Amino acid sequence: MSAKSTLSDEPKSTGPGSARDGTDRDKYTLRLYVAGQTAKSIAAFANLKRLCEEYLPGRYKLEVIDLVENPQLAAGDQIFALPTLVRRLPPPLRRIIGNFSNKDKFLIGMDLKEGD
Amino acid sequence: MMKMAKRPDSNGHGLAKVPSGISGLDEVTNGGLPKGRPTLICGGPGCGKSLMGIEFLVRGATQHGEPGVLMTFEETQEDIRKNVMSLGFDIDELIRRKKIIIDHVKVDRQEIDENGEYDLEGLFIRLGYAIDKIGAKRVLLDTIESLFSGLSNQAILRSEVRRLFYWLKERGITTVITGERGDGKLTRQGLEEYVSDCVILLDHRTINQISTRRLRVVKYRGSTHGTNEYPFLIDEQGISVLPVTSISLNHVASQQRVPTGIPRLDAMLGGKGFYRGSSVLITGTAGTGKSSVAAHFAAATCAGGERCLYFAFEESQNQIIRNMASIGLDLSRYVKKGLLQFVAARPSLHGLEMHLGVMHKHIQQFKPTAVVVDPISNFISAGEERDVHAMLIRLVDFLKTLQITVLFTNLTTGDMARETTDMGISSVMDTWLLLRDIEIGGERNRGIYVLKSRGMAHSNQIREFVISERGIDLLDVYVGPEGVLTGSARLAQEASEREEQSRREALTVRKQAELDQKKRALDAQILALEAQFAAEKDMMLRDMGVERTREKTLENLRDEMGRSRRADPYSTTGNGNSSERTKR
Repeated sequence: MSAKSTLSDEPKSTGPGSARDGTDRDKYTLRLYVAGQTAKSIAAFANLKRLCEEYLPGRYKLEVIDLVENPQLAAGDQIFALPTLVRRLPPPLRRIIGNFSNKDKFLIGMDLKEGD
Repeated sequence: MMKMAKRPDSNGHGLAKVPSGISGLDEVTNGGLPKGRPTLICGGPGCGKSLMGIEFLVRGATQHGEPGVLMTFEETQEDIRKNVMSLGFDIDELIRRKKIIIDHVKVDRQEIDENGEYDLEGLFIRLGYAIDKIGAKRVLLDTIESLFSGLSNQAILRSEVRRLFYWLKERGITTVITGERGDGKLTRQGLEEYVSDCVILLDHRTINQISTRRLRVVKYRGSTHGTNEYPFLIDEQGISVLPVTSISLNHVASQQRVPTGIPRLDAMLGGKGFYRGSSVLITGTAGTGKSSVAAHFAAATCAGGERCLYFAFEESQNQIIRNMASIGLDLSRYVKKGLLQFVAARPSLHGLEMHLGVMHKHIQQFKPTAVVVDPISNFISAGEERDVHAMLIRLVDFLKTLQITVLFTNLTTGDMARETTDMGISSVMDTWLLLRDIEIGGERNRGIYVLKSRGMAHSNQIREFVISERGIDLLDVYVGPEGVLTGSARLAQEASEREEQSRREALTVRKQAELDQKKRALDAQILALEAQFAAEKDMMLRDMGVERTREKTLENLRDEMGRSRRADPYSTTGNGNSSERTKR
């Protein structure tokens, strides 16, 4: 719960556009699905937060959804694995599942880096 | 949950089962699927595993008061709706009534990146949410293996799938999991390792261009189950696993008799016809009149106000009606009355199981008391002889439990093949009539005899079987030194016997006349002799009278002379002589 409540307070942190490939107009709308206040959830959120702050400062909006509280939201966004980050914007829609332990994979997923 | 311990297994081990509601499957599994446990249904593409799973949900929701959740990984709700519409399931209505929830889990590798560790808790939450929403007791996962192709971390997937099954078991949900058949394994991902309770294997084979679906219960822990391969079919009423009824030999044996439609044939069968609920086989070579006997039986059934179902595998309804009209049998009126129903199909149209299933359905719908299958020989072309045998046993068992009399016709070729071909089938039959050609004197005639008829004193006689425009008649045949005489030979024999008879009669009459004449002659002779005797007797009597008179006269005369001579009255004789002498 605290993950959601504490984290949703700061969805729009704006900073200087420092992304290599992006422009200032790029806005990322991200939604992180987790299940409860578990160690896994917290670790995933911490990793994600760190990456966003580093590579998308001021350009992202992050919403955290706890499916234990809102199970009805799982089907709508086609969630089956947790944690899942849904990149709603910019298109195309992408899903990243896992705890974001791999920085390069995150950057590829955000189109911030070319895939191998 | 309350029903957990409600349905103990028939073998007494207390393993609770829930009826799947799929026709025949509950018989094969002795009661249904393990309650509150997962069941794996696996098979190749297009084997019907998804449909079987969906029917399990629909039957649960509609017939057993158990709502269900369908978690589909491949097809969308719209696809499923369309697919099951053809089975007569209105899934939209069930969804509206909150009896079924369909949740399509889309696993698209294109839009998924894996980054680090994850679990499938999202799936658990979705499923749990859907289950709670409608109070589901049943879940179908179709096909969870899609996860394995959509995600790359197989180790996580395996442990999560295992956890999912365990979780469902904990919640007491009866689950069906479908799995695609893999190389050397029941499923590609080896799901059978996780589902240890019940595994059902489906198969869809095409042999001789005829497709057949089969089902086998590979494993059913803690329960007895049928171990054979059971054919099943999918049609507009869902799935039917055959046998629809369990195969057993505990039918009621009726004492009631039903007429054959041919009075002389009734007479041959102990005077009363077939037993109700018995199986009758009529074999014969082409053109011996098998169908005509069958049609007479059908007509007799309808004439008694009962329903008869006629499966025609060689001729169309119109053809049969026309042909039977030509021998004076009007079947069309029974069709109009709704007592007679024809089901005509080419045997090669379906596989055997499909035929059997179709027959089952028609029988259950029409509820006849008699069934005609004309002929069964064509089924050999639709399947192996052994399969045909198995199918007929099932059909006969099914009909016997319903006390329906069934008459099969079987076309045989040549004398050699006949006995062997029929032996396999005949063991199932209670009554076996054999129609045969009898070729004598340049013509072919039909003979009928009762080869066997269980439970009745039947005739051992061959009868000549005559089909005319007035129907079928059975006639006595002549058995002579050259065998059975029929047709013209019989007529000739009859004629010559008649001639002989009249000749003998004429002779008798003549002899009698002769005898009469002789008697008359004798009588006449006797009369003549008597007359002669009488005449002689009269003569003699008259002579005797004359003599006596004369003597008397002489005596009187002598007395007078004696008196006149004063002779001694004591010496009459001497005096007589002397007197006679004297007189002279």
